[in-house]
Amino acid sequence: MSKIANERAENVFTDFKAPYTPAQALVEANRCLFCADAPCIQACPTGIDIPQFIRKIATGNVKGSARTIFDSNILGMSCARVCPVEVLCVGKCVYNEMGVPPIQIGKLQRHSTDVAFDEGWRFFEAGADSGRSVGLIGAGPASLAAAHELRRHGHACTIYDKRSVTGGLNTTGVAPYKMKADRSADEVQWVLEIGGIDVQTGVEVGADLSWDELVSRHDALLLGVGLGPDTELPVDGAQLSGIYGAVDFIERFKLGAVDLSDVRRAVVVGGGNTAVDAVRELVGLGVAEVTMLYRGVEAKMSGYAHEWAAGKLEGVRAHWQAQPVAFEGQAAVEGVRCLRLDDQKQPIEGSEHVVPADLVLLAIGQSKLEQLLTGLSGVTFERGRVVVDEHQATAQAGVWAAGDCANGGKEVVNAVAEGKRAALAIHAHLGGS
Amino acid sequence: MPDLSSNCAGIRSPNPFWLASAPPANSGAQIQRAFDHGWGGAVWKTLGTPIQNVSSRFGAVDVGGTRAVGFNNIELITDRPLEVNFREIYETKKKYPAHAVVVSLMVETREEWKDFIKRAIDSGADGLELNFGCPHGMCERGMGSAVGQEPKVNEEITSWAVEYSTVPVLVKLTPNVGDIVPHGLAAQRGGAHGVALINTIKSIIGVDIDKMVLEPRVGGLSTNGGYCGAAVKPIALHMVAQLARSAEFDIPISGIGGVANWRDAVEFILLGSSSVQVCTEVMLKGYRIVEDMIEGLEEYMRSHDFATIDQMVGKAVPSYSEWGDLDMNYETVAKIDASSCIGCQLCMVACHDGAHQCIHQDEGGSRVPVVDESECVGCNLCQIVCPVPDCITMAEVDNGFAPATWNQHMAGQGKLRPKKGAH
Ligand SMILES: Cc1cc2nc3c(=O)[nH]c(=O)nc-3n(C[C@H](O)[C@H](O)[C@H](O)COP(=O)(O)OP(=O)(O)OC[C@H]3O[C@@H](n4cnc5c(N)ncnc54)[C@H](O)[C@@H]3O)c2cc1C
Ligand SMILES: Cc1cc2nc3c(=O)[nH]c(=O)nc-3n(C[C@H](O)[C@H](O)[C@H](O)COP(=O)(O)O)c2cc1C
Ligand code: SF4
Ligand code: SF4
Ligand code: SF4
Repeated sequence: MSKIANERAENVFTDFKAPYTPAQALVEANRCLFCADAPCIQACPTGIDIPQFIRKIATGNVKGSARTIFDSNILGMSCARVCPVEVLCVGKCVYNEMGVPPIQIGKLQRHSTDVAFDEGWRFFEAGADSGRSVGLIGAGPASLAAAHELRRHGHACTIYDKRSVTGGLNTTGVAPYKMKADRSADEVQWVLEIGGIDVQTGVEVGADLSWDELVSRHDALLLGVGLGPDTELPVDGAQLSGIYGAVDFIERFKLGAVDLSDVRRAVVVGGGNTAVDAVRELVGLGVAEVTMLYRGVEAKMSGYAHEWAAGKLEGVRAHWQAQPVAFEGQAAVEGVRCLRLDDQKQPIEGSEHVVPADLVLLAIGQSKLEQLLTGLSGVTFERGRVVVDEHQATAQAGVWAAGDCANGGKEVVNAVAEGKRAALAIHAHLGGS
Repeated sequence: MPDLSSNCAGIRSPNPFWLASAPPANSGAQIQRAFDHGWGGAVWKTLGTPIQNVSSRFGAVDVGGTRAVGFNNIELITDRPLEVNFREIYETKKKYPAHAVVVSLMVETREEWKDFIKRAIDSGADGLELNFGCPHGMCERGMGSAVGQEPKVNEEITSWAVEYSTVPVLVKLTPNVGDIVPHGLAAQRGGAHGVALINTIKSIIGVDIDKMVLEPRVGGLSTNGGYCGAAVKPIALHMVAQLARSAEFDIPISGIGGVANWRDAVEFILLGSSSVQVCTEVMLKGYRIVEDMIEGLEEYMRSHDFATIDQMVGKAVPSYSEWGDLDMNYETVAKIDASSCIGCQLCMVACHDGAHQCIHQDEGGSRVPVVDESECVGCNLCQIVCPVPDCITMAEVDNGFAPATWNQHMAGQGKLRPKKGAH
């Protein structure tokens, strides 16, 4: 498996949420009320028994704490860092109702899972060989969670990924102040230690390997291909240099060096989470003036309020209710020509103006993978997503789908939950109980 | 993989964790649910001639924002019909043959003991627990701790029970005595197969200072109750250890009192308990606490190379010595880890006002206090008050003196090091 390069532009970032020392973890763990039918658990897509893992920290049973976490969520280490806990478990902690700071569940989870990694604890073993094999397309969170669960039931797994690195967006997309690429790679390694998961990188299914060939190799398939590349903005000047898709750009600085020494002003187009990540990342990478340019108003942006608040504190500017209509510049981009929009998102006449920029990132969505999957007959789509039932089964017998490609783009923890659910359905399909 | 199964006085269970005879073990449905959560056994809520309870039954002591560090109750034995209890014992045993179901009993006459014991055993009880321990209500009726406080009566009733029983008999001892040993020995003489201790401690949990009535309040009155929960563990550990170290006492012990997690349970086992019972922590947090208890115990056994519970039982008892046999020349001093100290100076005020005035402000101006080791007596007070784990450690000092005890000294042997801090 390919290694993550040591020299990466993302290395300049430090953790936005610092890890706990054991003493801090103990203080926080002892605050947890050990609620019954706890709302924090209900808010976790993977249903981790949060009160139980926290109580185990408090009693000094950190190993048991880690086991509780991984038993529900094998990517519990990365989820502890990357989950938007403010809108998931922590947001539902009963202490919020009391006006007392909620339990820092993510940081406690990070504590237990980091100790588990450091100590090299192993909790799971592969099941007895079932003689069946499953092909998983994409080496992101969905496939990794599914493969681990399938191995617990003894099914052989092969994961194919077109990239040279594994971990999907956990490695290539997540903001480095949450988690860096090498930590994600550690996690993939840790998951694979259950054995029996063959990972084939640099294999693009549909191009390097036909869908028909894949179907003939395996008893079941799981689609965990995520979303497609960044959506482009087809306006005048789109071909100028200095304009990138945000996800593509993020991958560049997470996996290698980028030179931003000539960039003084950057504009990120969009108002979702990728846009909010991108503006904070550009500030962190040293760009002096970073502006988020969004069609709507602040209250309506889809990026998380807590992340945007952090961005503002870090000095990000915003340009609300603006629509890019062209990119200005000779060879390289120099500015974004915009129209002002009214509250109905209609252009206001005569409002044209140029926002200067020598770097533009487009964070207006990722395209769906409909075209890519057309080679796989029987699978159906709705608004670009693979249609699945409550067991993650697609319309094509023997093919399941999980993660972003099926849910349209959510979080790592959703991909893990869906991957595990798909694995259990595949196991049942392969004759398991 | 360590073997957690336990055998306490011939009563076997998949692990040493039992529900104590109390509200969590009040009914078949509850106990079955507890077994599903992982509990190894349960001592059924004490059966006797059914009683009626009052409204308002429990009180608690909160300490520094932590709720119910100590707990008390003025509840009596079961208030449910006996036939219902016996039927549920039967059903529970049938569904959970490998789990321990011990039936707690408290009646008066010899005939009643005979009758209750027969019915309990006919229902499938794996063992009996004679409740000689309840400190309120029942003793005024000549039962409970009134029996437990009289070794002769204890011995006699125990001998009846042993005579009528075909299953192991545990005697549950009351802590409301000056010295527990004669009471444990009385049970042993009566033929008991083991003892269980402690029951609750006579207590008044508090006073409503506006109404000027004791708590828990029953209208305008209240009564003394039984104290239990985390706060009583030290008393329970002492009583268990007293019996375990007694040369004449040689029957198994089921340890009870303030067990809240696996660490507490390990302590009871190391002091001689072959099973451990829990009431209050289950009342406060539910049956699900057992998951961590099992896992924590298992990990402890693995890391300390214990293959079975038997190997652990009583391991710390030999360390329970007399004061006169302690080594007077063993010396420790407090060391502050400056890098983790947060500068609260709680250690300093504690040492100044409550110990030997040997922790001082740093003359260099930092907030990290300085220990004058030449004056430190090694009392542990600063370490106890320090809020930062492992910030203050008690370091052993090699003072060059060979070990010498007070008893040796009194016998004219051994040389004691000079006293510290005594001026
Ligand atoms: C910029 C950004 C930041 C994010 N930040 C967070 C965050 O902080 N917290 C959070 O919880 N979520 C975050 N997310 C979302 C999260 O990363 C995804 O929800 C999650 O990674 C989805 O997992 P997946 O396995 O479905 O897909 P992916 O992680 O996208 O993995 C899909 C994999 O499939 C491979 N692949 C695609 N097509 C093929 C093919 N034809 N053949 C072989 N391989 C193929 C890809 O190379 C990729 O490795 C972020 C997303 C983005 C874009
Ligand atoms: C509400 C309550 C009711 C109890 N009822 C009984 C009882 O019926 N029989 C008995 O032997 N002990 C009874 N006990 C005592 C417990 O079994 C146990 O010995 C004691 O509470 C100490 O354990 P703990 O600290 O884990 O609670 C009762 C305790 C409480 C709190
Ligand atoms: S809701 Fe909060 S206090 Fe309650 S169990 Fe969850 S983390 Fe603990
Ligand atoms: S705990 Fe239940 S029984 Fe007791 S007072 Fe509250 S509601 Fe009533
Ligand atoms: S009590 Fe502990 S943290 Fe506080 S000043 Fe003393 S050594 Fe430092």
